Amino acid sequence: MPATLFQKVWDAHAVRTLPSGQTQLFVGLHLVHEVTTPQAFDMMRQQGWRVAFPERTFATVDHIVPTSSQRRPFLDLMAEEMTTALERNCREAGIRLWAPDNDNQGIVHVIGPELGLTQPGMTIACGDSHTSTHGALGAIAFGIGTSQVRDVLASQCLALDPLNVRRIDISGRLNRGVYAKDVILTIIRRLGVQGGVGFAYEYGGSTIDAMTIDERMTICNMSIEGGARIGYVNPDDTTYAFLRGRRFSPAGDAFDRAVAWWRQMASDTSATYADRVTFDATAIEPTVTWGINPGQSVAVSEPIDGDPDDEAFAFMGFRPGQRVRGTRIDVAFIGSCTNGRLSDLEDAAHVVRGHHVAPHVKALVVPGSQAVRRAAEARGLHDVFIEAGFEWRGAGCSMCLGMNQDRLEGRQVSASSSNRNFKGRQGSPTGRTLLMSPAMVAAAAIAGEVVDVREMLEAVPA
Amino acid sequence: MPLRGDELDTDRIMPARFLRAVSFDGLERHLFEDDRAADPGHAFNDPRYAGASILVVNANFGCGSSREHAPQGLVRAGIRAIVGESFSEIFQGNAAMLGLPCFVASHEAVERLQTLIETTPDVAIAADVTSGAITAGTMRIAATLPAALRDGFVSGQWNPTLMLLDRYDEVRAVADRLPYMNWVIG
Ligand code: SF4
Repeated sequence: MPATLFQKVWDAHAVRTLPSGQTQLFVGLHLVHEVTTPQAFDMMRQQGWRVAFPERTFATVDHIVPTSSQRRPFLDLMAEEMTTALERNCREAGIRLWAPDNDNQGIVHVIGPELGLTQPGMTIACGDSHTSTHGALGAIAFGIGTSQVRDVLASQCLALDPLNVRRIDISGRLNRGVYAKDVILTIIRRLGVQGGVGFAYEYGGSTIDAMTIDERMTICNMSIEGGARIGYVNPDDTTYAFLRGRRFSPAGDAFDRAVAWWRQMASDTSATYADRVTFDATAIEPTVTWGINPGQSVAVSEPIDGDPDDEAFAFMGFRPGQRVRGTRIDVAFIGSCTNGRLSDLEDAAHVVRGHHVAPHVKALVVPGSQAVRRAAEARGLHDVFIEAGFEWRGAGCSMCLGMNQDRLEGRQVSASSSNRNFKGRQGSPTGRTLLMSPAMVAAAAIAGEVVDVREMLEAVPA
Repeated sequence: MPLRGDELDTDRIMPARFLRAVSFDGLERHLFEDDRAADPGHAFNDPRYAGASILVVNANFGCGSSREHAPQGLVRAGIRAIVGESFSEIFQGNAAMLGLPCFVASHEAVERLQTLIETTPDVAIAADVTSGAITAGTMRIAATLPAALRDGFVSGQWNPTLMLLDRYDEVRAVADRLPYMNWVIG
């Protein structure tokens, strides 16, 4: 019977049907970070349980770590306490941890693929909703809560109900100045922030086929913002080329055997889907959010329409029919697990080169991992940003959620390459977030207001 | 207690700065902290609802971050059941793990229930996990729980860890069949 990748992965990892009717699913890779795990390790200790498969769990610190100076002990005492707790928990359990002073530290969803831990056909769980990112490599990856982190530590399994699969086909070439971020914002705008509840999103079509793994990660990352706990792209030659030679990828003959297995895990061409939708990539424009959820967005050239959400208009200070373009910004943030990878920094640097950040704007670039930071520095991108007046930071989540010192103040407006524009998300209860692509953030930083990046790109060779 | 509004995400229920802790203790003090500061009339500020154990919400409650701090805060504040139009899956699962059932009812039924509580704050409300019935005074509305969660609550076995630990040999067998289990080198 033809099947989707989701079904094949589910079947390969199903241990049994539980008395509750749910499936006991084996978790191939478990990723942990400092914020959603200390309580899980405590529950394990209270019960006297041992970690069942310590070699299948990997840890890093990302959410709370400072990105200005990462020297230990951190000046932020809570950041230090949470990091120390994770270090102790990992040491006791025999779990590998990449701490802030390690070359491999970074945002959990950036380092998993970077190290080759994330592979096609795996089940991946992490106490973080953006775990959907890893689906870009053909894994079935989803966020879990702290009690489920405890379950995975104790048993390497979860009790879950299966999802339906919705196939989302995107075809055609993206126009210049239009990026993966614009594609996913457009998808969420059309299907809604709850549209994906009960579904895994399978992305395909010629646009996705032509995308790099980084771009596919941006798309899968924000599946959860559309209500879908899982988003994935079937593995293909782009995936295998990405994985070859990575630290945890199989090597030599094992790599070829792996590719053969990965290939047959991909959805069959005749697989059936619970639902199908299509998008025309050529019609997608640079997109910005204007409201307080990621579905409230418009093309930068358009007036705000649709959603008659008084609360969003009141909070953001926009009126129906107004344009986001021209909105003065206070902060520009380039980073996060959505858009904090090398190619994102390259896209932004391309716009920034030869310009200067507007005097009233605080602009930060926060690489998604130490490896991204090193690679960017090797290409001289840090000089481009620093000369233009951006701050060049250490790796972490930073202003994506404002858990460390990097936060909005008061009603500041932020142009942000992150994934959530919820009220209070960037650390100030009244702070306002406009989500957009890294290139659009770079353009806004320079102009001091939201602009159409296509106009700036006209001056730059392609 | 009625709490109106769609898309109340977990950043609103429990702002990220309160995740800066290694324990869940005391989280109940920070529930909806920013919303409460901005709106003195917020349900969680309203003395008429003090001590409420059933929360009545609208659509897509608990969307956004997977943080269990959100349902942990609600449970620690004495909330024992939530009735709503819809919930994010991660939130509903996290809540179930803590023994907090999230009942799903129609938009119209939820609105009626919210209005009833607003006009008669001392009405007694009961939620029955077996039948899914919610009763409030003489009003009776139909609600549902996902079957697996319902059975778990009815049998008192909603915490699956022990079930998951039950058949270790079968877990090992699945692990041994998965080709990638032998690839990890690093
Ligand atoms: S970058 Fe933002 S969304 Fe990604 S893991 Fe960190 S806090 Fe979560």
